[in-house]
Amino acid sequence: MAQTEGPSAYPQAPPSAGSQAATLELRDVTKVYPDQEQPALSHLNLKVDAGQVCVLVGPSGSGKTTAMRLINRMIPLSGGDILIGGRSVLKRDPVELRRETGYVIQQIGLFPHLNVNENIATVPRLLGWDRSRIAARVRELLELIGLQEIGKRYPAQLSGGQRQRVGVARALAGDPPLLLMDEPFGAIDPINRNRLQDEFMRLQHRLRKTVVFVTHDIDEGIKLGDRIAILRERGTLAQYDTPAEILTEPADEFVAQFVGTDRALKRLGLETLAGVKLVELNGIDVGDRRVPITTTVRDALSQVLAAGGAALAVVDGEETVGAVTLELFGGLLRDGTLNGTQSEERAAR
Amino acid sequence: MIVFANGPVIPNFGGGGSTFACERANRLFCPNWVSQNWSSVLWPALRQHIVLTVIAVVIGFAISTALALLAYRRGWVERPVVIVTSILYTIPSLALFELLVGVPGLGLSRTTAEVALVSYTLLIMFRNTLTGLREVPAEVRDAAAGMGMGSMRTLLRVDLPLALPAIIAGVRIATVTVISLATVAALIDDEGLGAPILQAISNEVFKTELIVAGGMAIALALLADGLLVLLQRALTPWARVHQ
Repeated sequence: MAQTEGPSAYPQAPPSAGSQAATLELRDVTKVYPDQEQPALSHLNLKVDAGQVCVLVGPSGSGKTTAMRLINRMIPLSGGDILIGGRSVLKRDPVELRRETGYVIQQIGLFPHLNVNENIATVPRLLGWDRSRIAARVRELLELIGLQEIGKRYPAQLSGGQRQRVGVARALAGDPPLLLMDEPFGAIDPINRNRLQDEFMRLQHRLRKTVVFVTHDIDEGIKLGDRIAILRERGTLAQYDTPAEILTEPADEFVAQFVGTDRALKRLGLETLAGVKLVELNGIDVGDRRVPITTTVRDALSQVLAAGGAALAVVDGEETVGAVTLELFGGLLRDGTLNGTQSEERAAR
Repeated sequence: MIVFANGPVIPNFGGGGSTFACERANRLFCPNWVSQNWSSVLWPALRQHIVLTVIAVVIGFAISTALALLAYRRGWVERPVVIVTSILYTIPSLALFELLVGVPGLGLSRTTAEVALVSYTLLIMFRNTLTGLREVPAEVRDAAAGMGMGSMRTLLRVDLPLALPAIIAGVRIATVTVISLATVAALIDDEGLGAPILQAISNEVFKTELIVAGGMAIALALLADGLLVLLQRALTPWARVHQ
């Protein structure tokens, strides 16, 4: 028997993570703010496959946040259409649409007067879940973000990183097929930001949500995105591609500048030594210099340079599987030896 | 002895004997008088005073909250409300009481007193409530909207709870103000702690009533303020967690 027929466009999810993801499509999306002559976004076309992380990146004024806020109708579209799971957002009630779309902003916006449990329970309550289901879901999410102990605390009693985790947990509470994140780690110090990014990758590896992730930090985009949409001023799309493609073949001067002159190094940062054809160890003097095979190619190059250009042995556990030499790096990008990102591998690390 | 022969100087006591030695000696404060007149004069006056205050604060709260919510949604409402309530707030209380007595249908009555008292609460509570609502962090409101809270739900579940400390702060100031002003209201409505105070003022010598009733008004104000602080703590446990 079917349960009570809700207004949801998606099948009622059991209170477990990772049950669903939706495709997202922006068709010819245009946004003109009433008090401005220039459009904030013009004719933006993007397709995001279910379960993929799409990073929107660009300088300020490129309309990346605008694009994100159009998706859950926090601001109205001026032209074009947005489809979630094949269904136009224009045909949905905005309030209902937002309940089924996870939403995380930089300042997080936790409710100061509600404790962590109550904050996380916000959307399930709006969706009218019963008490026991809400309680189970809150417990599950606290476990997911590794903060089982803090359910009764108020936001003012949390550290910045904890607040951020709770913000993500709150956005996931209704098990939305689509998650919108606007510079979620922007206000966090670099060390904790890195940790939160790693955590997000692990989480995403497990949950496989469709994610739209807004950032101005291209390195964050390269690290987290399955695909990156680079926007330029006034919201036109400069390039939409995988991180590896964007680093290897920037579409134009703007993209090349935006990703930085160290883009070749960044490209090497996407791969580990496992994806490289190593040099035979025969006769090469590696001394006692060793790197694990899980090292990124970029870090390996750095270590070779630090060793004055001398070769390193590559080890997989106890076993030596080959060596890396300075010459090896020279050909990597030219030969196309590196193909495709290994985000899964990175996420699993 | 000649003083006594000229007429009764001391109100609310009669007969002779040693019981009224303090009054006859015209001392500043006579504890005995207090205990003799507690149930007949002071206690009823205190009860009336509390009733006067509660009515004024409740009505004032309702009006100013409604106006603040309106001004929160429609910004232009703020200016006219502030202008009118500021004028009401600055009229000297004595003058306002006398003015209102002349209004047809009011006269010397409790209603007249309440109209005046309420008018003094409006500016304070309106300002506090509106400020409290406007100080709700923008990102909290954005997150509420982004998660699918409608505007009514956001108002009731987010805006008002977060504005509560400011709202109660306004109620505290208004309450203390009304308790103080309600003593003056005895001029037009002969009840409350103002009645014995006026009695003492009109009497040249005997001041015990004034001292006791004045002291009770102060104590009542402190007590009411303290109770409102406790209420605020109970309603906003989140506001006093260690940051």
